[in-house]
Amino acid sequence: MHIVVCIKQVPDSAQIRVHPVTNTIMRQGVPAIVNPYDLVALEEALRLKDRYQARVTVLTMGPPQAETALRKALSFGADEAILLTDRAFAGADTLATSYALAAAIKQIQKDMPVDLVFAGKQTIDGDTAQVGPGIAVRLGLQMLTYVCKIEALDLDKREISVQRRAEGGVQVLKTRLPALITVLEGINEMRFATMPDMFRAARHPLKVWDKDAAGIEDTAKIGLKGSPTVVSKVFAPTPRTQKAEIVQTQSDQPSDLAATLLAKLFTKYPQLQAEIGRRAS
Amino acid sequence: MNDTTTQTPPARKPAGRRKFELDARLAAYKGVWVFIEHERGAAHSVSWELLGEGRKLADKLGVELGAVVPGAPGENTRKFCVEAFQYGADLCYLIEDPVLAEYRNQSYTKALTDLVNKHQPEILLLGATTLGRDLAGSVATTLQTGLTADCTELNIDMENRSLAATRPTFGGSLLCTIVTLNYRPQMATVRPRVMAMPARDETRTGRIVEHPLGLVETDIVTKVLEFIPDERRDTANLPFADIIVAGGRGMKRPENFQLIWDLAKVLGAEVGATRPVVQAGWVGADRQVGQSGKTVRPKLYIAVGISGAVQHRVGMEGSDVVIAINQDPGAPIFDFATYGIVGNAMQIVPALIEAFRQHLATAKLAS
Amino acid sequence: MTEKFDAIVVGAGPAGNAAAYTMAKAGLKVLQIERGEYPGSKNVQGAILYADALEKIIPDFRDDAPLERHLIEQRVWVLDDESYVGTTYRSNDFNKPPYNRYTIIRAQFDKWYSKKVQEAGALVICETTVTDLHMDGDRVVGVKTDRTGGSIYADVVILADGVNSLLARKAGFHEELKPKDVALAVKEIHFLPEQTIESRFNVADNAGVVIEMAGKITKGMIGTGFLYTNKESLTIGVGCLLSEFKKQGVAPYALLEQMKAHPAIKPLIEGGEMKEYTAHLIPEGGYHAMPPLCGEGWMIAGDAGMFVNSVHREGSNLAMTTGQLAAETVIELKNENKPFTAKHLARYREKLDASFVMKDLKKYKRLPAIFEKSHQFFTTYPELVNRAAHTMIAVDGVDKKSKERAIRRSFLSARSWKGLMGDAFKLWRAFE
Repeated sequence: MHIVVCIKQVPDSAQIRVHPVTNTIMRQGVPAIVNPYDLVALEEALRLKDRYQARVTVLTMGPPQAETALRKALSFGADEAILLTDRAFAGADTLATSYALAAAIKQIQKDMPVDLVFAGKQTIDGDTAQVGPGIAVRLGLQMLTYVCKIEALDLDKREISVQRRAEGGVQVLKTRLPALITVLEGINEMRFATMPDMFRAARHPLKVWDKDAAGIEDTAKIGLKGSPTVVSKVFAPTPRTQKAEIVQTQSDQPSDLAATLLAKLFTKYPQLQAEIGRRAS
Repeated sequence: MNDTTTQTPPARKPAGRRKFELDARLAAYKGVWVFIEHERGAAHSVSWELLGEGRKLADKLGVELGAVVPGAPGENTRKFCVEAFQYGADLCYLIEDPVLAEYRNQSYTKALTDLVNKHQPEILLLGATTLGRDLAGSVATTLQTGLTADCTELNIDMENRSLAATRPTFGGSLLCTIVTLNYRPQMATVRPRVMAMPARDETRTGRIVEHPLGLVETDIVTKVLEFIPDERRDTANLPFADIIVAGGRGMKRPENFQLIWDLAKVLGAEVGATRPVVQAGWVGADRQVGQSGKTVRPKLYIAVGISGAVQHRVGMEGSDVVIAINQDPGAPIFDFATYGIVGNAMQIVPALIEAFRQHLATAKLAS
Repeated sequence: MTEKFDAIVVGAGPAGNAAAYTMAKAGLKVLQIERGEYPGSKNVQGAILYADALEKIIPDFRDDAPLERHLIEQRVWVLDDESYVGTTYRSNDFNKPPYNRYTIIRAQFDKWYSKKVQEAGALVICETTVTDLHMDGDRVVGVKTDRTGGSIYADVVILADGVNSLLARKAGFHEELKPKDVALAVKEIHFLPEQTIESRFNVADNAGVVIEMAGKITKGMIGTGFLYTNKESLTIGVGCLLSEFKKQGVAPYALLEQMKAHPAIKPLIEGGEMKEYTAHLIPEGGYHAMPPLCGEGWMIAGDAGMFVNSVHREGSNLAMTTGQLAAETVIELKNENKPFTAKHLARYREKLDASFVMKDLKKYKRLPAIFEKSHQFFTTYPELVNRAAHTMIAVDGVDKKSKERAIRRSFLSARSWKGLMGDAFKLWRAFE
């Protein structure tokens, strides 16, 4: 069995620190990490690898520094890593990205047929969750998103059944391979790479593909050119003009402050009084 | 979303500045559509929120607002059409087929893409729910068009007659406006509760346009084996709560968070929290309010020990009245709250609990 | 794990990188282990790059290393609450390439340095913590890490794991760090447009300025402040001995806030957008606080060996030089086929003694102890010197002789003859 896992290197928004005095958010020099949702997908794929002796190939589209993301994936146990990098890919939105990744997967298929494609639920920088479905449509793969558990895999019958998170419950779905699965967060715990894994990851020769090696047929469909959506402007949110009315009393005692606040609140918003009255216990 | 890790936002002429000439073929696309999401007999309210928004867009463009209702044949599906008209739709595109009884990506994608190809709307909106996100990505790719996710604002750029979709970017501290220039339909998803629920006009009607699905069960590869409903637990209902008391890192310790629960109990309110508090494990993830949590629109939001950083703000700034309690007079929350008290939450909140209790007691006596 | 290396370097800061690069370039099989997510993630510095030290390791570093401004002006300020007395040295010689000192941004610089190390052939593993040394009797034969299968063997281990070198302490090489032997420093990076920096500091074409400060800004504690110009930002910071912070109960960032409000400093950072805030410990104990530097199968380089010249704010160059000297020791011994025993590794000590590293540290070895008992250098003298300057410079109808007399009297009443003589003697002893 052959599984391809798509990962993305993103800026680490969790490392944003807050200054102790001014409380402003500091984001300079924020390092790049593997999109945490993709690691969940990778771990899920590696578990299937353990159970079914599958081969796991990790694929990413990004600038040359995305190599570190691939090496991290290798250290957890992926067998092969491919970096799609080319100036022509830059500025891609989700449609252009899924086109490039799908083309690369078609190339990968030439060497070894692909049974499953795994991707994280979404990225922490884009949040769109669109690339996974995009790849599935382009490759004609059955698509299962928000998968929280892989129930059964029958390689002879070429069937997979999963649990999928839906509104108010879990759908149990069965479909045929090849399929694309996006994985919900928190469903597994990442394994800890061993030292031999770290060595292998550091030394493994990555495959680096430009647009030709990736088998891109139509360059009008990649990068900025192939992106229907365009950012027309970036701006800071307009601050609300009305600042808060700070409740102050002579005594500064909490009980006085509370009483004053309630008086102001219910005078200006009598309907709130009724609202609270209705539901209070 | 443009891949911003490879370069800073593209140094191109902003879309609004030049008069963009749309291909004649694409210029023929007219109409604003909203996908009506429903499962197991209930429609998701985000569908109505989007109809409210869609109505505004359609009016600006001078076109019709359509609701798309795929579903199994029967009462419910037709009922949703009626509701759609009452929330502002002019017409309802109805696809009824037993195969659509349960949501599956393949059948729903075909339903939507067939309709779009036949009737060619210029804008298609879906809710950014689990189902919506599953569906939107495959529809957009099949139609080879642009999709902007999790929008907080939708406008029409009248110069180009195009959709300007605004969403957070760079970790949420900034906003960006995205346009889909030379592709149609322009697709966008919006999270539940970001847009206001529109008024319902029970007298309003519209016309139904029926459409066959053109698929049989054997065509569909994915089968639904069963549906396991969630056990009824203490699940929060934040998005629809009218009063919310939320706590942040300023509570300092998990034990102090009990004060939030206590105040909420007195007010009959729901309990919310900021992301750091949820990540620290003080409350469940379903209580997270903010950019990566829930969007809420209560009548009253009491923010205790919350700094008001933008990632949290975007989740609750739709509240009618905001009361902020924070030790730091410079906290950003005081820039947009209605009332503020600068002080130690651990002292203020008990005082508030007492004050509300007394007030309710006297009010009860009076009534 | 049966893989064996010629040398293992613990830490990927300037000392570790210098050692790993030098050895790998000489063809040795080198493994470098860094506990941070990536080289530099745990490193903090002012930061000034001393070209001389790096040149001796990577002669053509200027080709592609990320450098901010080359320094042409050094200001030394002694501050009172509202004023300062300062000296400035500015030279056009410093403005002629090859430049002698640069400001750098560590996050970018360390990334570049580590790339060089990898290109030279060393194997660099990150996100892995060396938890212990592998001992064979009292000989170090390798390291243990926090990963399973994490024992790796080598002929020699170079500890370059920074000021908090738990490893050195664990192995009994040196004792717990004393609070008086380290300083806690905090710094902020403020972003300002290039032209603003250039006009405000009177430089052009990527030249830069360094301001070193001492005096009332540290509120009576032993410490110093600094301000460096980067291409598009300013770095401003302050640090004091940890023992002083503990005694006074002052928070470091509060100290920095007050410093930023000083009337001479505030206008320099006006309009800047503060984008980064970091804190770090800096070795300050000098010569007398140094641990044993080599032994059976091991050597220590960089901050782990307390190689910091606090008087001249030199740390990163000592780190690189000691890393290089350690590496050269290894290379020589390898070529001579000699085992890495304490006896042979003592050559490292000899090299250090012959270099500016030990010579400078020995020169200032008395300074920490002297200053510890002489807070007047950070309180009384800055006041006296500033007021003396004010007295002389203000034109107020008082005759000059009277002014001089007043100044003399102020010094005497503050310190007395005995005190003044004693202070002069102390300074002489400290700097001699």
